[in-house]
Amino acid sequence: MGSESALFHLFGAIAIIASLLVIAQKNPIYSVLLLIASFGALSGLYVLLDAPFVAVIQIIVYAGAIMVLFLFVVMLLNAPHEDTEHDLEVHPLLRGGPLRAGALLAAALFVELTWALTKGGGESGGFPGAAVTSVAAIGRSLFTDYAFAFEVTSILILVAMVGAVVLARREPGTK
Amino acid sequence: MTALLIAQIVLTLFVFFMLLNSAAVMVYVERKVAAQLQQRIGPSLVGWKGVLQPLADIIKLMFKENLRPAAADPLLFALAPIIAATCAFAAFAVVPFGGETTLFGWLPEGIRLQVADVNVAILVVFAVASMGVYGIVLAGWSSNSKYSLLGGLRSSAQMISYELSYGLALASVLLLANSLSLTDIVNRQGGSWWHVLPRWYVFLQPVGFLVYMTAGIAETNRAPFDFPEAEQELVAGYHTEYSSMTFAMFFMAEYINMVTVSAVATDLFLGGWHGPFLPASLGWIWFLIKVSAILFFYVWMRWTLPRYRYDQLMAFGWKVLLPVAVINLLVTAAGVLYFGI
Amino acid sequence: MPVLNQYLILSAILFSIGTAGVFLRRNLITILLSIEIMLNAVNLTFVAFGRALGSADGQIIVFFVMTVAAAEAAVGLAIVIGLFRHRESLNPDSFTALKW
Repeated sequence: MGSESALFHLFGAIAIIASLLVIAQKNPIYSVLLLIASFGALSGLYVLLDAPFVAVIQIIVYAGAIMVLFLFVVMLLNAPHEDTEHDLEVHPLLRGGPLRAGALLAAALFVELTWALTKGGGESGGFPGAAVTSVAAIGRSLFTDYAFAFEVTSILILVAMVGAVVLARREPGTK
Repeated sequence: MTALLIAQIVLTLFVFFMLLNSAAVMVYVERKVAAQLQQRIGPSLVGWKGVLQPLADIIKLMFKENLRPAAADPLLFALAPIIAATCAFAAFAVVPFGGETTLFGWLPEGIRLQVADVNVAILVVFAVASMGVYGIVLAGWSSNSKYSLLGGLRSSAQMISYELSYGLALASVLLLANSLSLTDIVNRQGGSWWHVLPRWYVFLQPVGFLVYMTAGIAETNRAPFDFPEAEQELVAGYHTEYSSMTFAMFFMAEYINMVTVSAVATDLFLGGWHGPFLPASLGWIWFLIKVSAILFFYVWMRWTLPRYRYDQLMAFGWKVLLPVAVINLLVTAAGVLYFGI
Repeated sequence: MPVLNQYLILSAILFSIGTAGVFLRRNLITILLSIEIMLNAVNLTFVAFGRALGSADGQIIVFFVMTVAAAEAAVGLAIVIGLFRHRESLNPDSFTALKW
C-alpha cells in the first residue's frame, strides 16, 4: 500500500535527521531531546513492522526511562559546553585531524553494512507470511524458551542498579 | 462508509472538546467542594451559583502578560507546556467510554465510543504517562531558576518512582483479564454474581485498586503528594516562572491527567460503562457517573489530608507502595492459577 | 510496501551515524547517546528480520537488548558522574593519564 511506504519514508527520515542532529548539537540537552524524537520515529517503524508491543516498550523504556536518566544526569552535571577555546570556536564536526578519519571510517562502515545486509538476494514483495503480534505469544515464548535469559537479565538489572548507586555515591567525608 | 468516517472524526473532536470542558468543570468543582469542606460558600458571584467562574478564570488568564525570564532557554521554555498538555490529551485516545452505539439509529452499524482501539491499550496509557514527565522536567530546567529546577526534578523523580507501582497495579488487572485491550477488560466486567454484586474487578482486586489510586494521585502531583508544587515550600515548583496561557496549559494538563487516571480506573476496576437499568448503548451515562465519583474522591483527598514531605513521599513510594503492589501481583497470580478465573 | 532491504539500509544508516558520533564527539554524554543510537539500529534490524521470518524471536531479543541498554546506560552515567566530580570535565581527552 502506498500509505505504508509513505509512512516508512516519513519515520525513516525523522529518525535519520534526528540522529544526525543528535551528533551535531553542542548542547547535550538538545541532543537528548532529539534522540527522544528519533526513538519516537523508530517506535512508529516498529508499528509498521507489526510489532506493537515492541513499539510501546520502546516508548516506555527508552524514551520514558533511559532518556529521563540521561536528562537528569545532564542537568545535574550542568556542563553544557565542551572545554577548550578551540572547541568553542570550531564546530565539533568540522575539526581536522583524526576526527576526519573517523567520519570517513563511519562512511566506510555504512557502505560495508549495506552490502553485507542486502547481498542475500533482493526481496521484491512485502513481508511474506503472518506476523506474530500478540503479546500473549511473545510472553509465552519469553517465559518458556527464553526463561533462563529472562532471569539472568533481571539479575543484570539488579547488579546495574546496585553498581550505579555505588559508583555515583559521594565518599563520606569529602566535598 | 463515509458516515462511519464522519462519525469517527466527530468522535475524536468530541473527545477533545469534552476534555477541555472537563478541565473547566473541574476548576469549578474543586473550588465548590473545597468551600463545602471548609464550611464556606465558594464561588457564587459569577453566574448562577458561580458556574461561570471557570470562564472568568480563563478570561483573566488570557489577559495576563506572557512573561519569559531573560535567562530562560526560549525553545525549551515554550516546548515544556506543549509536551505536558499534549501527553495529557493523548492518553485519552485509547480509553473507551461507552459500549457499541449506533447513535440512536443514525449510523448503519455501531461504533464503539473510543477514539482508537489498539490491542495494547493499557501499555499506551502507561507510555504516554511516562512521556508526561518531560513536560515537567523541561519546565523546571528551562526556567533557569532554583525554585523551578528543584521543583521540576523533585516532581519528575516522584512521578517516575510511582510509575512502578502504577504499572504493577495495571499488571494485576492484566492477569485477571488476560488481555491488554481496555475494551476487552471492560467487557469482561459485565454481568453480575448472584444478580447482586457486579463483576467489577475492584471486588477481586481491592488492594490493586488502592495501589492504583494512590499511584495515580502521586503521578498527577495532587495532594497529599503535591509537595513539589506546594506554595509554602517551593513557591510554585516547576511552573513558578510561567504565566498566562502557558500556566493555563500546565493547569489544564494536571486536571486532564486527573480525568484520564479516573477514566482508566473506571475502565479497569469499576466496570467501565456497565451498570443496571441502562442498555449498553447508553452506558456512557454510567461511565460519567463513575468518573465523577472518582474525581470527587480526588478533590476530597486534596482538601482533607495533610501534605507528605518529600522524603516521606519517596520513602512511601519505594518502601511501602511498591512491595504492596508486588505482593498483590503475586497473590493475584496465585489466585488466577488456583481458581482458574 | 516497504521491503526488508529498505529497513536494513535504514538500520545501517543509523548504525553508521551512531559510530560517527562515537568517533567525532568529544563529550562523554554525547558518546553514550551515540551508543544508544547504535543499539536502536540493531533493534530495528532484529525486528525487521523477525517480521520477515514470521517468528516472535526478533521481538524477544529486542526486549533483552533494551534491558541491557538500560543497565549499560545507568552504569555508564554513574561512571560519567564519578569522572566529572574528579576532573570537572566531560571531555574524554582529559582522562588520558592513567593516574587518578
